[in-house]
Amino acid sequence: MQVNDTSAPIRSAARIAPATEPIISVRDVVVGFGDRIILNGLSLDVMKGEILGFVGASGGGKSVLTRTILGLVPKRSGTVEVFGQDLDTLNFAERRALEQRWGVLFQQGALFSSLTVKQNIQFPMREYLQMSQQLMDEITIAKVEMVGLQPDVVSKFPSELSGGMIKRVALARALALDPEILFLDEPTSGLDPIGAGEFDELIATLQQTLGLTVFMVTHDLDSLHTVCDRIAALGEGKVIAVGPIETMMASRHPWIVSYFHGKRARAAGFATEGRR
Amino acid sequence: MGAAEAPLLATARHGRELVFVGNGRWIAAQSLALEEAVRLGLAELEAGAVEAARVDLSGVRSFDTVGAVLADRLVRALEAAGVRPHVVGLERRFEPLLAEISHGCHQVPPEVRHINPVIGGLRVVGRTMVDVLADSRLFLSFIGAVTASLLRVLVRPLTFRWTSMVFHLERTGLRAVPIVALITFLIGCIIAQQGIFHFRKFGATTYVVDMVGILTLRELGVLIVSIMVAGRSGSAFTAELGSMRMREEVDALRVMGFDPNEVLVLPRLVALIIAVPLLTFLGSMCALFGGGLVAWLYGGISPEIFLARLKEAISMNTFEVGMIKAPFMAAIIGLIACMEGMRVGGSAESLGAHTTASVVKAIFLVIVVDGLFAMFFAAINM
Repeated sequence: MQVNDTSAPIRSAARIAPATEPIISVRDVVVGFGDRIILNGLSLDVMKGEILGFVGASGGGKSVLTRTILGLVPKRSGTVEVFGQDLDTLNFAERRALEQRWGVLFQQGALFSSLTVKQNIQFPMREYLQMSQQLMDEITIAKVEMVGLQPDVVSKFPSELSGGMIKRVALARALALDPEILFLDEPTSGLDPIGAGEFDELIATLQQTLGLTVFMVTHDLDSLHTVCDRIAALGEGKVIAVGPIETMMASRHPWIVSYFHGKRARAAGFATEGRR
Repeated sequence: MGAAEAPLLATARHGRELVFVGNGRWIAAQSLALEEAVRLGLAELEAGAVEAARVDLSGVRSFDTVGAVLADRLVRALEAAGVRPHVVGLERRFEPLLAEISHGCHQVPPEVRHINPVIGGLRVVGRTMVDVLADSRLFLSFIGAVTASLLRVLVRPLTFRWTSMVFHLERTGLRAVPIVALITFLIGCIIAQQGIFHFRKFGATTYVVDMVGILTLRELGVLIVSIMVAGRSGSAFTAELGSMRMREEVDALRVMGFDPNEVLVLPRLVALIIAVPLLTFLGSMCALFGGGLVAWLYGGISPEIFLARLKEAISMNTFEVGMIKAPFMAAIIGLIACMEGMRVGGSAESLGAHTTASVVKAIFLVIVVDGLFAMFFAAINM
């Protein structure tokens, strides 16, 4: 069993409080494939400067929502606003400008396998920014160090890296353009508990250092407890509850009860007073 | 950026103290101007003795990693020159970023050492030779492994995957019929047309029948079909097996006690060995038909004369020579394709490289083996 202090919130008390204006605003989104409706009128706000954890059953549409916000999956109705701009009304150039302001960490990293770590991280910089090669190299090293890797990984290929290193490199690439929003798709899946804990800590630190807004799809109860400001739970294609961890613990919804009061939740150090 | 705006980095000298004043947006979009400003600022160091330095960043309104790296570069250059700079005035929200960046070592690891082109060239040649040898050994051991599986299956024929074999027979054989028929038909047409065009000068137009008959039945039928099959089915085999390897499906089979060669390779190989002779027969007939059609329409040789002439020109031998080669070609294509598929590593790039290698090697070996067969049949007067 874990010692209790590992599950204590990492966030320091002096952190910048999240603003109350939404940076992502999803309204009545419906997404379906064929006859199956995955998201059925889902609405969700992500506030500027917060870390929002998004939970839900496997296959319930968590990744679908992320992909819908990113524009990778078409929606049937509803609106998605990011930075106050409706994504459907943007033209190509505006869309590209907006895409530079978010970074995405895919579940498997999605590093380009034919490029080295350095080339992977510099790929978006080269495309969007004008800067000298020397500065680009220095920034690459800075990002690599920021995500907790040694500078000598930059010449390696993704196939030479371990799972945890791939996630960190992918995070460095997601941060390459200093985005304002960071999307994380199950950032700690496939990592051992120590690695997952370190990754949580890393995300919290980076969020502080860079002033990021983080949208995190996760199954990891420790992540939810330690780094998330608010949690949104998905069920039946809608958000069934949203709020800080206390709200989740107090919720009466059967799925939330079994999620946050189950055996694994207790093992992760969650209070059990909700089970009366 | 209007001209009235303060420069990104202004440098002033107060006696032995340098004062740097940063202003405006220290962000990625400004990186070229910012880098130049830092370089110019640092040039001041050369101008005279400096004992102290102050970096005032109170005018910086936005600040990202690029700005932080450049600010850090300024600070480090000053430190390297023996001056202890004081950084003041940076907005509190930007402080953690600068602190984080200044922790790092920033040493860009050296690039791979440059190699003398002569030695580099020699090294490439040597490595290629070693690779060729290793490839041949692998191919031999793969043939051995597949033969062992084949023998095991022959002892117990019920363990052979008949369903899978029939499935692949349909895909590599039946589905290939239209394209093989079309291509060989066209080849037959072209040979006949070229033959008639040139033989006409000697008044030897009817000999075109001999040429079309012998060429298509002995060589072209089987070659064209083999090349088509290598490109069509060989590449598909490599890609299928390769992606199964990438997703650890092959390892899953192995740990469940299956022999991947028996489950994956043998059905494909047997299907090809059945399909290629059938396609060769079909292809040869289509080529003869195409040749006959052109001979009739373009050369004025009526079908009766064509058939009568063909009877004299070719013997059963001619047909057999072509057909005997077909299963060997099939085995070569199948073995190469499956071997390359089984060698795919973890990356998408490796899948592509092995698929290409599969097709290139298969076509190369098919042509080499065809040459060996030509020598062999000549030696036994066939």
